[in-house]
Amino acid sequence: MAQTPKELILDPMVDNNPITLQVLGICSALAVTSSLQVAFVMALAVTAVTAFASMFISMIRNQIPGSIRIIVQMVIIASLVIVVDQVLKAYAFEISKTLSVFVGLIITNCIVMGRAEAFAMKNPPVASFIDGIGNGLGYGLILMLVGVIRELFGSGSLFGVTILETVNNGGWYVPNGLLLLPPSAFFVIGLLIWAFRAWKPEQVEERDYKIQVVEEH
Amino acid sequence: MPDENKKPGLLRRFLDTPPDSVGKTVFVAVTLCLVASMIVSAVAVSLRPVQEINKLKDKQINILQVAGLYSPDTDVTEAFKVFEPHVLEIETGEFTEQFDASTFDDRAAADDPELSVELTDDPASIGRQAKFVTVYLLRNEDGSLDKVILPLHGYGLWSTLYGFIAVEENANDIFGLQFYSHAETPGLGAEVDNPRWKSLWRGKKLYDENDVLQITVAKTAPPAGQEFHVDALAGATLTSNGVDNLVRFWMGKAGYAPFLESVKAGEI
Repeated sequence: MAQTPKELILDPMVDNNPITLQVLGICSALAVTSSLQVAFVMALAVTAVTAFASMFISMIRNQIPGSIRIIVQMVIIASLVIVVDQVLKAYAFEISKTLSVFVGLIITNCIVMGRAEAFAMKNPPVASFIDGIGNGLGYGLILMLVGVIRELFGSGSLFGVTILETVNNGGWYVPNGLLLLPPSAFFVIGLLIWAFRAWKPEQVEERDYKIQVVEEH
Repeated sequence: MPDENKKPGLLRRFLDTPPDSVGKTVFVAVTLCLVASMIVSAVAVSLRPVQEINKLKDKQINILQVAGLYSPDTDVTEAFKVFEPHVLEIETGEFTEQFDASTFDDRAAADDPELSVELTDDPASIGRQAKFVTVYLLRNEDGSLDKVILPLHGYGLWSTLYGFIAVEENANDIFGLQFYSHAETPGLGAEVDNPRWKSLWRGKKLYDENDVLQITVAKTAPPAGQEFHVDALAGATLTSNGVDNLVRFWMGKAGYAPFLESVKAGEI
């Protein structure tokens, strides 16, 4: 079942999206989506880490001892995350201040581990790299969607550019403060998953139990 | 074609060893850790200088902002040269030459038992207070004092707020207050960064004519009068209380009062 590079990129966008279908990487999606600029940089960072981690792991996949394979994957992922963090601190200082610990927490983002274990361990480096990019972009797509909703209605702006003039700055729009707090992302992501599954009913999981029917009506 | 009788090379033999043998497991673990740690330290060391410049620049931008000298196209390093940094001994209110003002680290000093004191009366909830801080003087062209920029910090609702206050040469009028680091609630407490709220501070007075500290952040004006009152942030009572406490602490006897005394007397 070999996939073409195009499929590897496009499949994780909608059909196999890491957030809406696999429901992975939710914590960081809650934390960094209150402004679009931050969400954008986070999406780029996760894409870079997933792609390169998958590629390096795939390169040495035949030499990795099974008993320590998770640790080997973690070491590679962790090193890449530190590199990304250091680069952001050097060249995007303002944004790295806002992202603070969440760059470091990419290490624990299940998407990175998930792709390493599920794809890179069994596939050649180039395909793994492309798969990493695809999944990073799939994650980024949801991050941006959530970010648009949260920033527009939470602070009346997009990418920091005022769209709806808020009352605090002398305008008319009363911002919805809840949208700036992490719990709101739960609602937004939940609604997105609902929308995705209404659009693509095959994504709906089967119930793992059935309510017992005692009496037929 | 390789010679059939020749012993296979070291690399070949290594690659052919089954990955799960003990020797190979140890070898892979050690090699991987060595390689990874070398890459990480190489990146960290080579990017250190750029990061240090960023941190310094960030602080300088904040000092320029509080003094009202910053716009996005300002050359920060150049503009910052107008400030005269000094290390101040808080208790005496006098400058000290013990440390180099351009490299003195205020936050490290607050953690150093030699350079700080444990507070018993601690309204700003800072735990330890440094004995020395870096302050910045801004002078007019004729050499007379224009403003003093003083660092201050204290606890709000979730986090310690770090900032600067700019005070005019009469040691009483506030020119501006700005926080550069905090983690207050977005949309509520984090409105301490709102330019409209920050502009409320301009022209407020610290002390009344009897030199009693009167400035306060509150919902309603104190009996002392409107010129000592900054309106609290709507929906952020605890952050506002925190700002009130920290400003009153740093402007009070345990803070910069001795220094402001000598500024007022025209000794600086």
